[in-house]
Amino acid sequence: MQTITTMQRLLPDARTPESLDAHVDVFGPRPVVDPRTLIEALDESGLRGRGGAGFPTGTKWRAVMQHANGAGAVVIANAAEREPASHKDRTLMLLRPHLVLDGLEHAAETLGARRAIVYTSRADDDMRRTLQAAITERRQVADTRVFIEVATGPNRYVAGEETALIARVSGRLAKPRVVPPRPYENGVDGIPTLVQNVETLAHAALIARRGASWFRSVGTTRTPGTALVSVTGAVASPGVFETDATATVGDLAGRAGGVIGEPSAVMIGGYSGRWVTAAAVMNVPIDIDSLRSAGASLGAGILAFLPVNACGVVETDRVLTYLASESARQCGPCHVGLPALADTFHHVATGRARPAALDTLLRWSGDVLGRGACQHPDGAARFLMSALQVFGADLRHHLRNGACRYSGQPPLLPIPESEAGWW
Amino acid sequence: MVKLRLSVDPIKCKAHGMCDELIPERIRMDDWGYPVIDPRAVSPELIDFARRAVGACPRGALSIVAIGDSGARTVPDHPD
Repeated sequence: MQTITTMQRLLPDARTPESLDAHVDVFGPRPVVDPRTLIEALDESGLRGRGGAGFPTGTKWRAVMQHANGAGAVVIANAAEREPASHKDRTLMLLRPHLVLDGLEHAAETLGARRAIVYTSRADDDMRRTLQAAITERRQVADTRVFIEVATGPNRYVAGEETALIARVSGRLAKPRVVPPRPYENGVDGIPTLVQNVETLAHAALIARRGASWFRSVGTTRTPGTALVSVTGAVASPGVFETDATATVGDLAGRAGGVIGEPSAVMIGGYSGRWVTAAAVMNVPIDIDSLRSAGASLGAGILAFLPVNACGVVETDRVLTYLASESARQCGPCHVGLPALADTFHHVATGRARPAALDTLLRWSGDVLGRGACQHPDGAARFLMSALQVFGADLRHHLRNGACRYSGQPPLLPIPESEAGWW
Repeated sequence: MVKLRLSVDPIKCKAHGMCDELIPERIRMDDWGYPVIDPRAVSPELIDFARRAVGACPRGALSIVAIGDSGARTVPDHPD
């Protein structure tokens, strides 16, 4: 397969929001596409959701369409981007909002939606301003076909989970609920609902214009097209990079100016992802199968590099404390279990635990898997388990001696302030 | 014949601790007092114990479901 290493389909060169006029100059007007044709094109394109779960987009749209059955649906663009190390959705929304809104309008028309909503984080004033300006531009054009609403939710990790944001849009607290019923069966106010990450919608808008084979002309057979990847940690120029899946983890470090110092580990997929040793993964391409063979998943497209002169134990310690504080406190194994795990890990990291604490961490991590309404406890437990594997020797050093000489350095992984409340 | 198993709604469960002693063959408590459900089928000789455990839950969090069903039944009106 032909490989092109740099390609920009979603991200423009300019660093300011693209106007509607400029957007139409670049891409042409948004076409009207027959619903069945568009869903088939999404199927053929192989596009998968870019919010982290990687569910096939055509399958998701079809499920909503079948349950709506002509009686109406709700479509939501998820711009909440709750993974602290991810910046791709925000970057896309700030630079090219009209491509996302095109995708949302395609979803609304294809599914016969009665409401089309962009869900954002309340803390992000810049995104909301850009979004409102873009919506205003669209309403001034005579052929506006879809009325787009803006909704906001709290700045909390699980508030971007689809059942949580549906609860918020329905006027309740932004907390996840038990599934099934899934959103395609029972979403906003009980109506079948499509929740789609904003990058996914932008790709869908391009597939609607240019077709499935164009989408597949880069990337690999099983991971076609381009993806936005947030590269952070100890790299010279952290940022968001568009790439196809033939690029390796190391290539993406290179795009970000290279790792500062010698890399020791890479955090892949966000705080519900995992740590992998740099030796095992730097030469691995980011396609779904290669990363899976390395035990990882790109999630919402996140890579954070840790150098040898940094401490993976304290980085993990901070992340676990954050994740525990972000429990919606609905399910016991999460709201009691995650703080217990985070506290025990902290005691290990600070040399105040007995050696048996490592066994306790492993057992408790296994015990919280699959025991919440949402996947929050699973994500935190798997993140912790990966740290036990990757930083095993470091953990034993911390058990004996407490903090190491790198423990006092500023954090490499970002830890946001939690917002009070769930509305 | 359809196979049955126990299922707990993790939001409804508030660790009252009424269930595990009634059917230790399928429920154990974790270190925080919340039930861990064995996903295996409840055999006919255990079904009465399973029903008793379901009836004993003061939150209505425990149920018997068909295997293959993920266990949730309703959307909570007020998830908090």
